[in-house]
Amino acid sequence: MLRIRLHGRGGQGIRTAAQILGSALFAEGFEVQDAPRYGAERRGAPIVAYVRAAHAPIDERGTIANPDLVLVADASLFQVPTAGVLQGIGARVALLIATTEDAAVWRARLALAGPIFSFDPGADPAHAATALVGAAARMLGVIRREILGAALGEELRGLDVHKQRSSLMRALEAYDAFGVHGGAVGEAADASARDYTAPQWIDMFLDPVSIAAPDLHASATSVQVRTGAWRTRRPVIDYAHCHRCSWICSTLCPDSAIAVDADRTPRIDYDHCKGCMVCVTVCPAHAISAAPEPRGESPPAALPGVAA
Amino acid sequence: MNRVLLTGNSAAAWAARLAAADYVPAFPITPQTGIIESLAGWIESGSMPARLVMFESEHSMLAAAGAAAATGVRVFTATSSQGLLYAMEMLYATAGWRAPFVMVNVSRALASPVTLESDHNDILAARDSGFLQIHCATCQEVLDAVLIAYCLAEDARVRLPVLVNQDGFLLSFTREPVALPDAGAVARFLPAFDSMGIEFRASRPISQAVAVLGGSPYSYFRYQMQLALQGAAGVYDEVAQAFASEFGRSYPQVEAYRCEDAEVVFFMTGAFSTRARAAVDRLREAGQRVGLVRPRLFRPFPAAQLRRLMSGRRAIAVLDQNISLGKGGVLATELASVLYGMPEAPLIAEFIGGLGGRDIAPEEFYQMAKVALDAADSGITPAPRMLYTETEMREMRKLQSIAIAERHELRGAP
Repeated sequence: MLRIRLHGRGGQGIRTAAQILGSALFAEGFEVQDAPRYGAERRGAPIVAYVRAAHAPIDERGTIANPDLVLVADASLFQVPTAGVLQGIGARVALLIATTEDAAVWRARLALAGPIFSFDPGADPAHAATALVGAAARMLGVIRREILGAALGEELRGLDVHKQRSSLMRALEAYDAFGVHGGAVGEAADASARDYTAPQWIDMFLDPVSIAAPDLHASATSVQVRTGAWRTRRPVIDYAHCHRCSWICSTLCPDSAIAVDADRTPRIDYDHCKGCMVCVTVCPAHAISAAPEPRGESPPAALPGVAA
Repeated sequence: MNRVLLTGNSAAAWAARLAAADYVPAFPITPQTGIIESLAGWIESGSMPARLVMFESEHSMLAAAGAAAATGVRVFTATSSQGLLYAMEMLYATAGWRAPFVMVNVSRALASPVTLESDHNDILAARDSGFLQIHCATCQEVLDAVLIAYCLAEDARVRLPVLVNQDGFLLSFTREPVALPDAGAVARFLPAFDSMGIEFRASRPISQAVAVLGGSPYSYFRYQMQLALQGAAGVYDEVAQAFASEFGRSYPQVEAYRCEDAEVVFFMTGAFSTRARAAVDRLREAGQRVGLVRPRLFRPFPAAQLRRLMSGRRAIAVLDQNISLGKGGVLATELASVLYGMPEAPLIAEFIGGLGGRDIAPEEFYQMAKVALDAADSGITPAPRMLYTETEMREMRKLQSIAIAERHELRGAP
């Protein structure tokens, strides 16, 4: 069975990417299963998706702990422990990262034994997922170019024609560019029942209620969670055109991430702005625009222990 | 055969559409929302001639479902987790009305604490409500079970609402190949709802006699429901037989996978059972005689089939993806009650696993089979065990160390 795990952020199209791979593999005659997994649904939060493909009905479901191929649409996720990007990445697992940096840099940085591939996702992070799909489809070595195109068309049919076409172009470009890596992904054997490591189960014991009950009280904790890390696009205020109305963007921001100075100038708190773009749509002066999140600037990582 | 990739939510929506449901009272809750979104889209575009109404809560949604079923139209609805609990009062009420309709529950663990992922405490909380319950393990089963559920609910010998359960994420958001039945075949299998006299009309105001004061008539009506549920097992067999001849897919009350000569069997419900099926295959390759017994029909509880299937086994590894706090796993308790008094009843090794969507690894299935077999050899029933590893505890302790540091900081302690 082929097991593929995709990592990205809500809004990047990771679920759709998994479905494109799933549909392409299904069209190639595989039994297929694809599924996303996430917490509270929101733009920018880490999201995982799974694709399984086999020539027999698939009984395995849920988490893929031992992947054959891992795709990462946003390299900043390596800094978020709860995203679990590196889970189960052993020596035979292929890792494909959307990044402007060379694969060699990531090989040195991650010190993994398995093959690492990278490609430049281009200016718009929203395109990373489609390009990943194209590259991955080629690496699997079992998806024909025209089948990939058809699967993309099927899964993106809700989009406007222009977006469909640009997505298809990005995917096919990546497919062609990864020709040299065709067949780079191997299949792991199923966990044998003859020779396995027994789970290290513990006997659960009663903890004192002082730690077993959720008795932790604090105020304003949301300030400490840098939700700016979830953003895939950022709103940018053009102060030359801002009317200094003083209230519309700041009032309608669902995260209170826009403050207004004494001179009525709005300021966006990029540590906490999640990039929902409500301000962009409501500004009557059209003075706020959506820009790609600048590259090379690492967004702050989520605090450890904060559920994704 | 039209085989397509569908999520459990899409499969449930397709079933409601193919069943030609007339009325869909709705309230959104993750991970059920996709079902209602699909139906809303079809109704809006005119491809499904039905009416969808959003309510202010699941409680009202259920009242509407029961009332609409009492007008003689076919009703479909869906909920999950907290929504099912919020509707609980109306579950008991509408079952008592003997209103036949189908509700899909998308299992999600109950708060507190909160998670979005699956376990079965929500659906099992509805165990005693008078609804029939069918528990699914694949997206195909979700679609097929909804069609079967309408046949059951509307049968004059049953006339009770039916809950079809699927696991959140593991089925609801998971696409897998599903054979989409032909509308003509569905119409043959499931003819239009014949309400036989339960037909409220807006133009003809009447009231349905449901209020009963006093224990004696109350006991009568409650026990009539009990007998209808017990009889529903036989009706299920007829319906499943008719389904198999129309669609070629067979759904006995209890799935018995590779049980022929099994010494040890897994006993569980829901989507993770397919993982047990894979584990059975691996264990068989390793020369062990292991099988899987999985009730599809949970209410009525298939006692006779279970007694027959469990007879001659040495041990049963029961995996409860639920916990009745203060007692233990619900399945273990229910199974023990039907095996009680059976000569040479197999030993039961009780496991709690998969709470809140916690994964269950292949090795854990292998180990559960081993624990059950060792217990059979020694004749000593092992203590119930929750599947929880050292690694998980270490991670938990890390989270707690952060919490403790924060508490010190907040209290100004050193």
